[in-house]
Amino acid sequence: MFEPVLLKNLDVPDGHLLATYEAGGGYRALAKALREHTPDEIIDLVKKSNLRGRGGAGFPTGMKWSFVPKRTGKPKYLCCNADEGEPGTFKDRIIMERDPHQLIEGMAISAYAIGAETAYVYIRGEYTLAIARLEQAIAEAHAKGYLGTRILGSDFSFVVHIHCGAGAYICGEETAMLDSLEGKRAQPRLKPPFPAVEGLYASPTVINNVETLACVPHIVVRGADWFRGIGPDKSPGPKLYCLSGQVRKPGLYELPMGIPLRELVCDYAGGPLPGRKLKAVIPGGVSAPLIPERGLDVGMDFDSLAAAGSMLGSAGVIVIDDSTCIVKVATRIIEFFHHESCGKCTPCREGLNWVVKVLRRVEAGQGAPGDLEQLAELCKGIFGNTFCALGDGAAMGLRAALAHFEDEFVAHIEERRCLFH
Amino acid sequence: MTMREKIEEAASRYPDQRSAIMPALLIAQREHGHLPGPVLEEVADILGVERIWVYELATFYTLFHTEPVGIFHLQLCDNVSCMLCRSEDLLRHLEEVLGIKKGGTTPDGLFTLSTVECLGACEMAPVMQVGDDYHGDLDIARIDALLDRLRATVRQATGADLVAPGPPGE
Repeated sequence: MFEPVLLKNLDVPDGHLLATYEAGGGYRALAKALREHTPDEIIDLVKKSNLRGRGGAGFPTGMKWSFVPKRTGKPKYLCCNADEGEPGTFKDRIIMERDPHQLIEGMAISAYAIGAETAYVYIRGEYTLAIARLEQAIAEAHAKGYLGTRILGSDFSFVVHIHCGAGAYICGEETAMLDSLEGKRAQPRLKPPFPAVEGLYASPTVINNVETLACVPHIVVRGADWFRGIGPDKSPGPKLYCLSGQVRKPGLYELPMGIPLRELVCDYAGGPLPGRKLKAVIPGGVSAPLIPERGLDVGMDFDSLAAAGSMLGSAGVIVIDDSTCIVKVATRIIEFFHHESCGKCTPCREGLNWVVKVLRRVEAGQGAPGDLEQLAELCKGIFGNTFCALGDGAAMGLRAALAHFEDEFVAHIEERRCLFH
Repeated sequence: MTMREKIEEAASRYPDQRSAIMPALLIAQREHGHLPGPVLEEVADILGVERIWVYELATFYTLFHTEPVGIFHLQLCDNVSCMLCRSEDLLRHLEEVLGIKKGGTTPDGLFTLSTVECLGACEMAPVMQVGDDYHGDLDIARIDALLDRLRATVRQATGADLVAPGPPGE
């Protein structure tokens, strides 16, 4: 039986309050980090743990931190990406609502490691309860000396500010988030320079996801080997999985990285609804290509899912059963990406507009011969040709739907109707 | 605190005033309900930033409303997880009982109905946000009960069914 780490306070009454967090051992990791370790030692520890970013890309966290230049004369910033917008994902909201101090402690240790004195939590504006809880937690942590000047008697000073987003999926892309924080329209930047060298206000900046930062205190207390001992060595650790869609027990599950997708859906989340059969699962938010039922024995980690032609992404697991039309799902996903395209680069802005038009007419039974070839051609024009991963995610998802469920698209065109409605 | 004081306090968190435009717009929208031109200009003046910068953001981010919205903004998620849990049926029902289409506002100014992208609460799909609150695991009966509750809140506050003098925007 796997013992929850990140969600251990999930059902504890008043788990969001400092007193509860301290009673469960909270802020001992920060004290240990400041007393026993230099910043470089913390970076090494996180490198050794093989912690990889939980926001979607899976970049090694310790390596990201090590790219921050030591002496630049500029302030350094830590940004927490809490702009959880990937459809099917709700893990960061629940951490912030139920256990916000875990995030604050993770931020304080991470800021100490990279030499930042200021952090901004970029949190989506819809998350009003999470915002309120985090605000309260920051105030409590300040009052108790876990934030502020000369924390716990050390030379380390650190403050955390909340910055509310205002409804733009693209802000989850780290350079778009930086532009948004600077008070501009959220549009991705050309890289290099990478944020670690030139990020917020052109200063060295590290951007980490909520869940990634929440792992850090546990690594400090329990060690890198403990973390690496959970799940696959190259993609280890406890992991939050968001289960939703046509499944009996939707919800947030904490299990080891690498758990088979079928076990997650069928054993933990109770499998399909009564009388239905599994048809496909989107394993990592709608940017992740769907996996048909026959492929569900794949491990839920960065490398196994990549090898299977999909990705772990945000671990937003969306379950689709046999009552659902894949053309409809694919159309809705592309409508989302089209709506959220920031408009900066042509392949994404114009390409997705075309893809939506073609998909909508296919779905409505008004598709023409050649439409599927046109969709494939449009995907080719978008994939790899955009500033950021938004266009890539859209193209990869559509390609997978076309590859695995071509018959449904063909039937819409030939029979001029949807066979499900 | 006045709106100006709240905005100035928010601005103190950033080394650059331009960063404070987003928080300032959220504060101004809470104050005014929506963000018409004169409010945008007031925000620009308080922060001492270019007006075009403020307009740029107010028209980019979907949580900012440059047009009036109803007292209760019903924001129904229709992204994939909610769609798979039949959010379409709820939209059709809401359109019927409110007598408006998606994007519209009831003539009494009480309800604006919108569909929105993923609210990040898929474990309780289908889900709808009204003001600051999330309402999940919705079905038609729960939607009806929610609308009744919202109407009752207004009745209690005003002693009347209708609160707005006319359609918003007039």
